[in-house]
Amino acid sequence: MLETLREMLSYPFMQRAMIAGLLLSLCAALLGVILVLKNLSMVGDGLSHVAFGAMAVALVCNMAPLGLAVPVVLVTAFLLMRLQNGARLRGDAAVAILSTGALAVGVMAISVVPGVNVDLNGYLFGSVLAMRGADVWAAIALSAVVLVLFVLFYPRIFAVTFDADFARASGIRAETYTMLCAALTAVTVVVGMRLMGAMLISSLLIFPAVTSMRLFRSFRAVTISAAAVSALCFLAGITISYVCATPAGASIVCAHIVVFLFFTVAAAVAARRRK
Amino acid sequence: MSLITCENLALSYEGRCVLQGVNFSLAGGEYLCIVGENGSGKSTLMKALLSLKSPDRGEIRFGDGLRRTEIGYLPQNSAIRRDFPANVGEIVLSGCQNTLGSRLFYGAAARRRARQTMEKLGIAHLSRRPWRELSGGQQQRVLLCRALCATRRLLLLDEPAAGLDPVVTAELYALIREANREGLTVIMVSHDMQGALRDATHVLHLAGHQVYFGPAEEYARQDAVGCFCGGCANA
Ligand SMILES: Nc1ncnc2c1ncn2[C@@H]1O[C@H](COP(=O)(O)OP(=O)(O)O)[C@@H](O)[C@H]1O
Ligand SMILES: [Mg+2]
Repeated sequence: MLETLREMLSYPFMQRAMIAGLLLSLCAALLGVILVLKNLSMVGDGLSHVAFGAMAVALVCNMAPLGLAVPVVLVTAFLLMRLQNGARLRGDAAVAILSTGALAVGVMAISVVPGVNVDLNGYLFGSVLAMRGADVWAAIALSAVVLVLFVLFYPRIFAVTFDADFARASGIRAETYTMLCAALTAVTVVVGMRLMGAMLISSLLIFPAVTSMRLFRSFRAVTISAAAVSALCFLAGITISYVCATPAGASIVCAHIVVFLFFTVAAAVAARRRK
Repeated sequence: MSLITCENLALSYEGRCVLQGVNFSLAGGEYLCIVGENGSGKSTLMKALLSLKSPDRGEIRFGDGLRRTEIGYLPQNSAIRRDFPANVGEIVLSGCQNTLGSRLFYGAAARRRARQTMEKLGIAHLSRRPWRELSGGQQQRVLLCRALCATRRLLLLDEPAAGLDPVVTAELYALIREANREGLTVIMVSHDMQGALRDATHVLHLAGHQVYFGPAEEYARQDAVGCFCGGCANA
């Protein structure tokens, strides 16, 4: 076992995937707590599909993938947040239209243009090999920003997430926090998509928070647990993926499913004990 | 000098006017009860008083050096997720967020204020209890506690007794009366006229516009003769 781990960590591509993936998992877990509690779970999913569409178009047009995807996804994130506030188009319908639409555009772009030979599978379901130096640096920078902001603004983040109206009445600019959260989520989705795949990246946002909420009942405990669960599932998943030669993204999501079930059972047992 | 004055206030959503012609003023220590049918604009007026909504016409003035961020607020039911993972201590402490200023974390003073307010409302022993495990009455008490942490001057309550049984309602009203006796100005939206009118000094009756504003006794007398029933039926 230890031997396998040592071997796994001796490959530079695995080292890169480990560092970037672990940091992204932490970011996603913290942002996910906010998204889940604000009923914005579907936003991460929508953004990942849009990111896929943008990446595909960028490839076909010979543009830098991140250079196109980051701004496009940022703009989409802002628009989605706007929609959630106003009630003009129902938020969930808007997300559904957007995500399937972007996915279709991406697939069309790749299929129609001749001579473009891309690994569609890799984009949809991720690959550890896709993490290059730039991705690692992006992950480090992003996670530094998210972690520092989350710790420093923790009381305000709790206030805005728990009751945005009360926070605004107390002089906290709730919209700024929501938009910042949207922007950081957008970047997390784009950077994490290479590793996790467009179809699976949103699970990194949602699973840790939902799993932690099964068992923990205070905001602080849920936050800490989400970060821990996310890191643990990432490490477990990537190890499984290395040992069993399975795709990294799917392996990580499977680890999340197992932990989710475990937390659910643990919560049920704890509830029975208390009676 | 009045603490809060509304002058010819009109409020709307997306161009649709929901409330107009609101004129009232309240001095420090008074207790205003806002009554009216569902959809008559009571919560909308509360949002305007909290500066969450800007007036279409007219204005809201604060006097006596009352700052807009120094208002305690208890939102209408269902504004908060029932399964939100937070314990009572976390929620009450968040009432002190208007004292954060440029600081990042709550200081010792804020923590002390949160603890003392919890003790006063008799919920100190619940401080580690999760929000979702509280009864409806306990939840309202926690939100009242958070509101009291936020203010020393003005308390806004939007149907604090909705969905509570009569005993719990009476206890909650007693706590609000106590806060009012200690000098807090109270503005409360209520459905339950009898219970609320006992403590109120003033009444504001809304039905998309202002039907009545004045002393509570006067309102009770006119109401008894049926002055407002017509207004209600047509609303
Ligand atoms: N966010 C909103 N967007 C559009 N219309 C709203 C919104 N909130 C309330 N309204 C409308 O404004 C009117 C007054 O609502 P409200 O102030 O909540 O009434 P009350 O609290 O007296 O029951 C209602 O007709 C309601 O449908
Ligand atoms: Mg209302």
